[in-house]
Formats: sequence, C-alpha cells, structure tokens
Amino acid sequence: MLVTFPHMGNAYIAMKSVLEDLGVEVLVPPPCTKRTLELGTKYSPELACLPLKLNIGNYIEAIERGAEVIVMAGGCGPCRFGYYAEVQREILQDLGYSFKMVVLERPQGNVRDFVKKIAIITGGKTVFRVLASIKRATRVAVLMDELERLCWQIRPREKSGGTVSRLMREFHSQALNTRGSVGLAALIGEYKDRISRVETKGNKEVLGIGIVGEIYTVIEPFVNVSIAEKLGDLGAEVDKSITVSYWVINHLIKEALHLHNKNELQEASYPYLRSFVGGHGQESVANTVLYKRRGYDGVIHLLPFTCMPEIVARSVLPEVSHRYGIPVMTLVLDEMTGEAGYMTRLEAFVDLIRRKKEMKGLYGERILSGD
Amino acid sequence: MKPRVGIPRALLYYNYFPLWEVFFKELGAEVVLSGLTNKKILDDGVNCCVDDACLPMKVFHGHIIELKDRVDYLFVPRLISVERNEYICPKFCGLPDMVLNSVKDLPTVIDCTINLRNSSSSLRRAVLDVGRLFTGDYRRIYTAYRKAVLCLESFEGLMEKGATPLEAMKGDYSKAGEYHYSIGLIGHPYNIYDNYMSMRIIDKLRDRGVNVITQDMICSNELDRIARDFSKPMFWSFGKSIMAASRYLIDKRHVKGIIYLVAFGCGLDALVGDLVERRIRKKGIPFCLLTIDEHTGEAGIDTRLEAFIDMLEWGGTAKCW
Ligand code: SF4
Ligand code: SF4
Repeated sequence: MLVTFPHMGNAYIAMKSVLEDLGVEVLVPPPCTKRTLELGTKYSPELACLPLKLNIGNYIEAIERGAEVIVMAGGCGPCRFGYYAEVQREILQDLGYSFKMVVLERPQGNVRDFVKKIAIITGGKTVFRVLASIKRATRVAVLMDELERLCWQIRPREKSGGTVSRLMREFHSQALNTRGSVGLAALIGEYKDRISRVETKGNKEVLGIGIVGEIYTVIEPFVNVSIAEKLGDLGAEVDKSITVSYWVINHLIKEALHLHNKNELQEASYPYLRSFVGGHGQESVANTVLYKRRGYDGVIHLLPFTCMPEIVARSVLPEVSHRYGIPVMTLVLDEMTGEAGYMTRLEAFVDLIRRKKEMKGLYGERILSGD
Repeated sequence: MKPRVGIPRALLYYNYFPLWEVFFKELGAEVVLSGLTNKKILDDGVNCCVDDACLPMKVFHGHIIELKDRVDYLFVPRLISVERNEYICPKFCGLPDMVLNSVKDLPTVIDCTINLRNSSSSLRRAVLDVGRLFTGDYRRIYTAYRKAVLCLESFEGLMEKGATPLEAMKGDYSKAGEYHYSIGLIGHPYNIYDNYMSMRIIDKLRDRGVNVITQDMICSNELDRIARDFSKPMFWSFGKSIMAASRYLIDKRHVKGIIYLVAFGCGLDALVGDLVERRIRKKGIPFCLLTIDEHTGEAGIDTRLEAFIDMLEWGGTAKCW
C-alpha cells in the first residue's frame, strides 16, 4: 500500500521518517505548484481556507501517481482544521477517486482506536515499535528545524547571495531519495555542516523579523511565497514562532500527555487576547510580544483569507503593535497572492524597520516609543 | 437610578435574549437594546471591525457603536462553549477582545466567560460574577437566574412550535399556520432572523404561502439524536444543528426544498455548507445557497428567491445558483 499525506513545508521529512521506519511505502506528493492550487481551488468550497484547498491538490496529484492511502491529522475544534478530513473525503469520493483515508487524532481517551488506525497503515506493528518510530521522527523534525533556523541566520549574512538557497534545494532533492530516520538525520547533519561553512560577511548588522500567524501559511513556502528566503535576501534574519517540531511536540505529544504549558502564552497575550481562540491565534499575539522582548525589529503576521482564529488575532495586533512599539505587518494570503505586489510590500516593510532602527541608533529609544 | 445594561441586537441575541433580559431585570437593572440593524449600523461596523471579519461580526460591532453611549454597561459575554465538547466559533472565543481593541470609548464591558466544553462549573461562576455587579445578595442572583432560565425554556418552546425568535419574544406563534407546503431555511440564527441582513426572507416566503421551517423550529432532542450518527462529531454547536436539521428536513418533514443562508466570510458556513449541499443534492432535493455580504442588494436576493420558488412550484429546471 502506497501511503501519502498533505504537504506543509518541511513536514514531509518527519512523515517520511516515521512511516518508513515502520516499513511503509511512502509517496511524497509533488511539491505544491500552481497546478496543485488550481486543482484544489477547482474542487474545494470557494470560501474554504487555503490549506484545505492545497491539501486537495496534493491528494489528487498523489493519487494520480498511485497513492492508495491518505494520512491526515484531525482535531476537535474550534477552528476548521478539525473538520478538514471530513470535507476532503467527501470531495475526493464525489470525484470518483478510490482511496482510504486515515485520520490521526489525539486519542480522546480511546487509545485502542488510535492504535487500530495506525495498524491500518502499518499492517499491525507493535505499539512499542510505533511509539519508537514517532520518537525518532520527532527527533528528525527537531533537527530539520535547526537546519532551517541556521539558514535563516546565514542567509542575510552570506557573501555571495543565493548560496544557502541553492544548497537547500539540493538538500530537498536528496531528501526525497533518502529513507528512514537514520538516513534523513545523517543527511540533515551533512547539510547543517555545509551551510554553517558558507562564507559570511563577519559582523554585518542585520534586521530581526519575527513571523507569526497561521501555521500553514507560516511554514509552507509555496503559500508564503518563500518569505524566509526573500527576507533573508533583503538582509533580515527571520525567526518563525511556529515550526513543524513545535507543532509535533506541543500538539501531538504534550497535549496527549496533558503537559501543554500555556502560561507563558497567556501572560504575554494578556490583556489583548485573553482566551484561547483555536488554531494559533493566541500564539500570534503572544509571540509578537515575545519578539519585542527578545529585541526583534518587526513582526509579520501571516494568515489565509477568512482564517477564523487569526482574524481575532489580527483585530488586536494593531493595539499590541502600538503599545509595545513594534511594527507589525499583516499579510492575508489567498489564491490571488501575486508575487510582485507581495515583494513590494516586503521591501517596504524592511525599509520601514531599517529606517526606524537607524533613527533609534541616532536618537536613542525614546523618540520612537511614541509616548 | 437603575444601572443601564446594553445588549446588542446581534449574534446570540436571537438565541438568548429572553434569558439575559429577565436576569438583568430581576437584578434591578434596566435593559437597553440597540436598534434594529440598518444601513448606518452596518456601515459603522464595517468601518471599525477588522477587514476580513465575517459579516455578522461587523454587524455586531456596529450595534456596539450604536449602543455604547447610552448605557453604563455593555454585555459582551465570551461564549466559548454552550454545550459539552462543542464550541460556537473561534471568533466568539475572542469576541470581547475584538470589541475592546476595535471600538474606542466603551463603557464597562461585562465579559464573563461561559465555557461548558468540559464542565458546567463556569456557568455558575459567570452567573455569580455578573450578578455581583448589581447585588451582594447571592440568593437574589440565583433566583434571578432560575427565573431567566424558565423564560428561555418557554421561548424555545414557542420556537419549536414554529415561531421565529422575534415572534417568540412577543409570545406569538400565530404565523406558524396553514401553508401550501414547507421548505427548510437553515443558517446561523443571526443571519436568518435579522430582517435587515436576510432581507426579510421569512416574511417573503410566507407571503408566497410557503411554510418555513428553520433548525430552531425542530425539537432539539431530535437534532441531537441525528447528530450522533455523524461520521465525526460536529464540534460547532450551530454547525451541528444546521447539519442535523438538513437531514431531518429531508427524511422526516419531506420539505420541497432547502435554502441555506450564508454570511460572507463565515469560516464555518464554508465547510458546513459544502457538506450539507453535497448530501442534499445526492437526495435530489432542490437546494439554494444564498450568500449575503455588505453589498448584497435586495433585488438580487428577491430574483433568486422567486426563481427558486417557481422551480419548486412548477417543477421546472430553473437554476438557482
Ligand atoms: S487556522 Fe485558519 S486556515 Fe487553518 S484551518 Fe483554522 S481557519 Fe483554516
Ligand atoms: S460562525 Fe461564522 S458568521 Fe458566526 S462569528 Fe463565526 S465565522 Fe462569523
């Protein structure tokens, strides 16, 4: 049985790792392209959120290449993600595709159900083996995010532009042909090595930009038009508040074990957003504050058009930005996001915070605080 | 002077107003409602609410603006969950925060949190917290609350007899009478019962001799029973009743057609609407999805309604898109 799953940035690395360690044949869907989006847009409800549409595109392109089983994560609200799989299954069935969909949800008291679902994919491996593979894949996800973080640091400082991005393209094409956690971890290690040896302009001053928002738009370069790369090329070191390993550790593992510690989030988002609103809405507000505390120069807030939790975040962010004196730019992404207009906005934002930083250098902090 | 508590005539007003009204009145407050939704309220809401919010949220903000200078308190509860394992919508979880950060110069906002998702204890706390603003007498608070709940129950009873919320608030269900045939009208209560937003859709259908059945006119136990058969539990309370109602209307009431009124920008309607539509179409029942946004003209809606009704009555193939 050929198993596939939807794309979300580098998440495919962790998925490959866990499934291949369990001896499953994996088909990674082709990377998101215009065609993926077109397929998704054509067959999904018009006002569904963008990730749902791209998932549909991924599934179709994977089924075309022979995938038989789709693995998808589930949820229990309040945002739409929890009902994605239901809608997606109906769409694909009505299109006449034959496939099996396995929805992995945080076991709500019913662990046996969860194990049964895993057994559909793996053909009955022991629970112990499944858990061990999940553990190794989590490790791979952490390593992968470290590699990305390294890229964000080196890119604005590299001597000859484009080196890091070229190496990363090379990495991804090799990752597709590398099997299992051991191979993937080694490959990541190798590229970490190579990228850390990329020549940099020693002590070049760079801007710091934090990226917050809805997880898919933050992580998937196709929808955010490679924002990390673009900002890096514009001389800014980015940091993303949400990454694949963060998601795996906080949502899958800690919540299943009831360990999730939300105190820091609540403290930082208070009093602007005082409640959990689903998705990562509260994180977006909290992380904007935390980026300011950590000395970043600006924050970019990404969300797909009509995203429910992030609209709540968006409505309080102007106040947060004002009170904390940190520039925040919101980018709403949809099918129409054109690269040209998008680039102009990024450049304008980088210019703005660069000028702001220079002024700060000249006149000290007070003049900017606006009080 | 009695303290004045302002309640916006929007969002859950259509579900809970009788409860809120009695509760505050019993505590000795004066209840002040915002006016009926109109162009000014809509425009004010559109201007102050965040850009891509759904239409009902914008309307709610408009009502807040209309009301805020006439009252001592504004009642904007944070309704995270009103039923076990369910939510209303992410935007309801953050409603008071959205209002506080978008509208300037507000009076005291009563933003108690109701979250019955895991336990019912938050309700008790909310009732007490709100009550304490008006009296130190706990017995009085409880009595007020009990009276309010009774009122809500009789209100819901009238709706199950076929009254709209506005009729039920007046104790009148006379319009739920004799009609030629029935059609189902589903959607969020704050869309279908707000006459400005829905362009009086219920009256228009009734004027054509059509009996209108909304999800609120169906016994809620019946809906819960149907919802237990969903392939995955529906975690949005309104989504659940909308989906269950569409099944009930087809299987039990044999309606001639179903209209789903959707607000532009509603994340929930986008998915629930798709699931409902697929199922209804497979059953061969005529279906009409009407989307309302801030620019919807009444004429456009009327034309589509007419076309839909003509199709139902003449069995034609007129397309309602
Ligand atoms: S977080 Fe936003 S984009 Fe993601 S599923 Fe929820 S509503 Fe859709
Ligand atoms: S349920 Fe829909 S219409 Fe209601 S607040 Fe949420 S998104 Fe808006």
